[in-house]
Amino acid sequence: MSSIILVSLAMMALALCLAFARLYRGPSLPDRVVALELFSAILVGMIGLIAIATDVPSLLDVAIVMALMAFMATIGFARFLERGGPRDD
Amino acid sequence: MIELLKSILILAGSAFMLVAALGVLRLPDLLTRMHATTKAATLGVSLIMLAVALHFAVEAVVARAFGVILFILLTAPVAAHVIGRAGYFVGTRLWSGTVKDELRPNYDSVTHRLSSHRETEANAAPASGESDKAG
Repeated sequence: MSSIILVSLAMMALALCLAFARLYRGPSLPDRVVALELFSAILVGMIGLIAIATDVPSLLDVAIVMALMAFMATIGFARFLERGGPRDD
Repeated sequence: MIELLKSILILAGSAFMLVAALGVLRLPDLLTRMHATTKAATLGVSLIMLAVALHFAVEAVVARAFGVILFILLTAPVAAHVIGRAGYFVGTRLWSGTVKDELRPNYDSVTHRLSSHRETEANAAPASGESDKAG
């Protein structure tokens, strides 16, 4: 079981690196927001895995807060873009 | 049995997240990237939360895990819609191989209004002040 958790954590760390590459390169702000959203989803998954590995169910509260914050951040960025963010055309 | 199920769920969930990250890195424009991340990452988080529920198997933890799944399932489409809309308004370039953009000829990017170019005087949208009465 622990080796499977290790492999999954390694895959998620790789996924975080790939998402970070998009966050760094992303040609426009919406691309970066999409990468940030993916970040938060991967982090929720990682927190769930660590909750399994350490047998601490309270970590799920952290996951809930993480998902909530990511949703709020996305909505905030979208509002900012619609109210006259930098145009690209 | 439970162990096997948990292992399968965990591996599948992290594989879906890896696929989502590959998609967000490799796909050519904003809408295709969103198509990769939204669905695959939602499925990945849901599978891992199912594994958490199976692992602990206590009412409080299972309820919280399903709460996370429900919350993600509710908010991911909303966030994707909002970001796609904002990206279109900002004028993000579509992929050069895009076949059709049906919004482009019918959409006024200044007033944010759609039109079908078939409006006549009779069925024209009323002025903004009296739009409530037209029904």
